[in-house]
Amino acid sequence: MKRFVGPAGLTAILGTAVLMVIAFAGPGIWGEAATARSVPDRWTPAGAEFLFGTDDLGRDIFARVMVATRMSLLLTLGATAIGVTGGVIVGLTASILPKYPRRILIWLMDMLLAFPWLLLVLFFTVIWGATATGAMFAIGLAGIPNLTRLVYNLASSVSGQDYVRAARVVGVGPLGVLFRHILPNIANPLLVQVSASASVTLLSFAGLSFLGLGVQAPAYDWGRLINEGIGHIYTNPMAAIGPGVAIVFAGLVFTMIAEALADRPGQGLRGVAAAGRASLFPRGPGRKTRSDAAAVAPPVGGVDPGGDGTALAQVTDLSVSFPDGEGGFVERVRGVNLSVRPGEIVGIVGESGSGKSLTAMALAGLSDDRAIVKARTRRFDDIDLGTPLSRKEGKRLGTELGIVFQDPLTSLNPALRIGRQLTEVSRTHLGMSREEARQRAESGLDAVGIAEPRRRLKDYPHEFSGGMRQRAMIGMALTAGPRLIIADEPTTALDVTVQKQVLDVLHRAQRATDTAIVLISHDVALVSGFCDRVVVMKDGEVVENLDARRIREEARHPYTRGLIACLPDMRSDRTRPLPVIDDRSGPGEQDAGTPEVGAVSGAVRAGEESPL
Amino acid sequence: MTALALENLSIRYGTRPVVMDVSLSLAPGRTIGLVGESGSGKSSIANAVVGLAPISGGDILVDGVSAVGRGRRAREARRGVQLIFQDPYSALDPRMSVGDSIAEATLATGRKWTRAERHHRVRELLERVRVHPDRAGDLPGAFSGGQRQRITIARALAGEPQVLIADEVTSALDVSVQGTVLNLLRELQQDLGLSILFISHNLAVVRYMSDEIHVMCGGVIVESGPTEPLLDGPEDPYTRQLLSAVPVLGERMTFEEHVTP
Repeated sequence: MKRFVGPAGLTAILGTAVLMVIAFAGPGIWGEAATARSVPDRWTPAGAEFLFGTDDLGRDIFARVMVATRMSLLLTLGATAIGVTGGVIVGLTASILPKYPRRILIWLMDMLLAFPWLLLVLFFTVIWGATATGAMFAIGLAGIPNLTRLVYNLASSVSGQDYVRAARVVGVGPLGVLFRHILPNIANPLLVQVSASASVTLLSFAGLSFLGLGVQAPAYDWGRLINEGIGHIYTNPMAAIGPGVAIVFAGLVFTMIAEALADRPGQGLRGVAAAGRASLFPRGPGRKTRSDAAAVAPPVGGVDPGGDGTALAQVTDLSVSFPDGEGGFVERVRGVNLSVRPGEIVGIVGESGSGKSLTAMALAGLSDDRAIVKARTRRFDDIDLGTPLSRKEGKRLGTELGIVFQDPLTSLNPALRIGRQLTEVSRTHLGMSREEARQRAESGLDAVGIAEPRRRLKDYPHEFSGGMRQRAMIGMALTAGPRLIIADEPTTALDVTVQKQVLDVLHRAQRATDTAIVLISHDVALVSGFCDRVVVMKDGEVVENLDARRIREEARHPYTRGLIACLPDMRSDRTRPLPVIDDRSGPGEQDAGTPEVGAVSGAVRAGEESPL
Repeated sequence: MTALALENLSIRYGTRPVVMDVSLSLAPGRTIGLVGESGSGKSSIANAVVGLAPISGGDILVDGVSAVGRGRRAREARRGVQLIFQDPYSALDPRMSVGDSIAEATLATGRKWTRAERHHRVRELLERVRVHPDRAGDLPGAFSGGQRQRITIARALAGEPQVLIADEVTSALDVSVQGTVLNLLRELQQDLGLSILFISHNLAVVRYMSDEIHVMCGGVIVESGPTEPLLDGPEDPYTRQLLSAVPVLGERMTFEEHVTP
């Protein structure tokens, strides 16, 4: 868990403490100075005796600013409380109302939201008169539509979650769902928003009082003090700037509270305290690498058959690390050798967190910016990926290497037509004209069996089905005439029949152009059925490198054998429990801090006591 | 005697029919597998049975009692069916301890529970799904995907259902964790005599779990029957297509069929 948090928490706590002390003790300490009239001293400029100078009755403006703190904060908090209470009640009510009443209520709130809030405030001020409490109610009520919308939106996003549906299935009523599930889950973002809006409220108050609509003499708040001082801005600027500084300071404190809350999602106000503690007592940045724990395990991972220089793409001794946010690094891939020969289909199989995607992306020279990639050799054909690429090399990579991701919906821009996106590579990397690029895209779609390619190019991504999007991506990867296609879980989001179609397309392309393919998947059966060679990865290391056809016979490593055994297939014995792998301590599977123990114990036992 | 029966069930979203005239009957202690592609209506059926989606025609009988509508009898009947969700990461309230989540589900039994009884029951259920009972106070974030899925199973059991609906319960899990969850479901079925409606797009998993398989395509059941005969001699073209698309370990996939656009 993230312990060290920036100075926001500390600032928030110190600032709140200062404000509270002044608000509580201020009138007692400065009360006399703030009211003591002294005509000879009137309009004294700022100086050592009077920090902000004096006003027309000779009262110390600094003392008045301090005393006004209580009033200003109380009004701000009062207005915020009114806004929040109203917003939460109306917003949550809306979220559990039936469809039509809910729509009417939300329409109403949206209409009020579109109404300028200042006008709304002026309207309320007319009703309640220009008094401090009137202004408080006015600003508070004017804030309700805004907060209602916020609460309603937050609540709607939570109420679609499976856990809320689960609660409804067991018979928890709407109010129960509201208090048990929705409220706790929206509390944090709501608090963040409320603290941020408190600083806006503070400004609104200052504004109203400045205009003479808020606090009335003889009472005063910061806004009123600015109003009184502004007339003498040329002779004693501090008379107006002083209260202004107080407003800015309080506003910043509210913002800092919001900031500190946002830093610690899920902890509410306790988060602020924790953040403050953390910045007071930071922990030394400990260097923590996983390799320490794993150093015991000898380098594993079978012979790499392509490692003899004939490979099209090759990495040796690859390691990929990421900063762990505490000053250290986590090594997610280590000591991996992988090579792909021209025209070869290699599968990388492993579970989540095994480093299979990181390895493939390093092979493509496409690692995350934060990743620290080290390798003895890392090349594609004769391009060294370990050094900065020349323009020409970049261009070659852009065309000779095709990539297909798991969900093409996220790699396609939803706002642009398919055609525009599919012609981009040809136009930027190959310098084709618009017409040439379009023809090329058409033949690309045609090659993957998409009917009427010319018309389909005018569609938007959402008008394609998942399988079609994936085929289109493959079609595009193919049009550039790549020598290697890296497909990262290209069929995981698809049904088995659609998966077959997508693989069919990949397969035919490979046959037609002799493109090499790296297929990444968690499905060992799929990989063995599609590829020539299977590389099995676990916890960032290659555990085995096998001939796909003989995987069942030749798998030696206990992890591979476990993976094969625990996968139900069309021949599994239905009368017996499935074997399970006895070692489940993969990354992300355990609480943070649990050391990665013994690479693979690998015992495969039948359905006994489950692993943690 | 049937634990769960669907009689000519139809479901419509707006004007779009998603399930048409589906009938099936699940005997006590048995498992029916529902297999088909995404959008074929499998999950809509699951939602309709537990009352999360309205139906447009037909009837749902739990233990012979209609579970359709808002009446008291229908509500009580529905409580005999509990649903296990697909994604263990969103199925548990991230701000509620897993023990409280399970305790909440005892509501579905319709009985009054004392604090102590409930506490005891939560520990018992966690032990049943092999999660250490002392961890009842932990938030879901402290558990792995497989553990969370077992916890959601414990929550489903807390309602003391006769019927469990497992909706794609393993598709979000790693293969090595999948086995543990499937074994657990089978074991619970044996111990508690549960009937299971097992929904999945993974034919191998459905085959392993089910006594009887119903194949869905486009909102209708295209073929159904006891598991072995159905998979050995599929008659419907869609079932055949489905079977031929399942990859088999170590066997090269065959690619000669025409690609449908």
